[in-house]
Amino acid sequence: MKIVVCVKQTPDTAATVTVEDGRVSWGDSPLVLNPWDEYAVEEAIKTKEAHGGTVTAISLGPERAQEVLKQALAMGADEAVLIHDQAFEGADVGVVSVALAMAVGKIGEVDLVFFGRASVDSAAGLTFAQTARHLGWPLLSQVAAIEELDPSAGKLQVVRLLQEGRQIVGSPLPAVVSVVKEINEPRYPSFMGIRKASKAEIPSWGATELGLEAALEPRVIWPSITQPAKVETTCEFIDGESAAEKGRRLAQRLIEEKVI
Amino acid sequence: MAHRIYVYLDHNQGAALPVSWEAIGAARQLAEQLGGEVVAIVVGSQVEALANLAFAYGAGTSLYIEDASLAHFEPERVAAALAPALADAELLLMPDTSRTRDLAGMLAVDLETAVAPDVTEFQVEGERLLATRPIYAGKLLAHVEIPAARPAIFTLRSRAFTAPAPDESAQGQAERLAADVPAALTEVLGVRQAEGQVSLTDAAIIVSGGRGMANNPALQPPAEITDDKEREIWRAHQGFKLVGDLASALGAAVGASRAAVDAGYVPYANQVGQTGKVVSPDLYIACGISGAIQHLAGMRTAKIIVAINTDPDAPIFKLCRFGVVGDLYEVLPALTEALEEKLEG
Repeated sequence: MKIVVCVKQTPDTAATVTVEDGRVSWGDSPLVLNPWDEYAVEEAIKTKEAHGGTVTAISLGPERAQEVLKQALAMGADEAVLIHDQAFEGADVGVVSVALAMAVGKIGEVDLVFFGRASVDSAAGLTFAQTARHLGWPLLSQVAAIEELDPSAGKLQVVRLLQEGRQIVGSPLPAVVSVVKEINEPRYPSFMGIRKASKAEIPSWGATELGLEAALEPRVIWPSITQPAKVETTCEFIDGESAAEKGRRLAQRLIEEKVI
Repeated sequence: MAHRIYVYLDHNQGAALPVSWEAIGAARQLAEQLGGEVVAIVVGSQVEALANLAFAYGAGTSLYIEDASLAHFEPERVAAALAPALADAELLLMPDTSRTRDLAGMLAVDLETAVAPDVTEFQVEGERLLATRPIYAGKLLAHVEIPAARPAIFTLRSRAFTAPAPDESAQGQAERLAADVPAALTEVLGVRQAEGQVSLTDAAIIVSGGRGMANNPALQPPAEITDDKEREIWRAHQGFKLVGDLASALGAAVGASRAAVDAGYVPYANQVGQTGKVVSPDLYIACGISGAIQHLAGMRTAKIIVAINTDPDAPIFKLCRFGVVGDLYEVLPALTEALEEKLEG
């Protein structure tokens, strides 16, 4: 099987993010593999281990995004490609999904493309749907389990986690799959994996290599970013002789204040 | 300039999700500011009644695409059916649900336009429409605009806009649109409904449990459970029973912190926070949750936050209107019992 996993570099979720000169700043916090993408990388590697084939990790971003591709390699991906071009600076989801679809096309004969459910920074959660649409492949989003996969018959069956419950869906291959956290427990990179990844040369594809003829303009603009107004609250601590007494008094206060 | 503001109504088997009516509410506000009328549009199987119901919520026109093969939602096919009807539209609002994010993305590709997802507020500045969407799980707010591409598509976060009160006297007949629905790509083989649970994103009240749910040394697991991890999970389940009791007394949804999910106490579907669900209920009761920054990011927009924790210095108290420093194993049963008495009396 030929498997692709799309990943993004994001600030750590523990980062304190602020706005400085109209731009997002995360101070000294490290940049990491988008936490939701860890599950996608793990599932891609698990799928390869079960059915054979190769995993190619791709990321669109600045040169430093190589670090997250190296993490994917250290976890067990076979190859990695950075999509990097000045033409993609300020790219919105629409531009990114065109570039990713073209990269999947350039890799060729891909059976499965994995994504995380969203990025923890801009959190649009749209890239996989748009990439799938550009490819013309079925999308299986919010996947919590791959129940069956038969590469020779070109079929897979998954469980999707929807608002109303779990849906079991069968789909032909090739397909695009976005995964949720429940699907697996991402592995830590092995020592050997880290050594291999540190030596890897990661190719970089620009707009020309992807075959993009015209520049793609972002359709969504961000005129400003602000910090939410700090809500001033003073916590009223409930007193009482015992914990149970405090519980009863809390009930009384919630009703007095018409919270309930 | 008169606008036709389209609102896509998301539904589960013909029943609208509450956030669909909230989207109509948002569209009515924009129609007042920009001038124009609200056009509801529904796609599915047996959706005529739902399309007719849109008049009661304030739609001036209601359209529907009916196809028996759409009983199971497939974003590819709904997008293909819907795109021609929206070819001349300028503005499309969609409720943000687990179905519509996929649909909005695909529609935008088909119509060569763009989506701004998860909007919590609109500002009209002359002819410009700016939308506010939380990023970094609400740590920041992006004010975004789709200046040229049409229709500009926005998905609206649950509980960010107010649903209009239905006016039963406003009745009308929705217009059925002909549509070519392509063949299915995938096949739905089964659905396991989450029974009797209140959806986290729609809930007015949420009761959440954290790592602290397992900290009751007084509780002794049955002797046949010998594994330490299983004994811990058993303890946590006793704690979550108390959370569940309070939630059912209040008609609330049950949430959890990432620590509680990672420890195996509750399924991922219950997780609130930056890598779980982002919620904004009227009341959020955090039990045994210290308040890691990732959790706070997922619930800080709740109108009133209450916390029960043994640690008086837990960061969660900084966001709280009411706090109880105490053992949740004693506080919760007393709270539930007192509330049940008052609510019944």
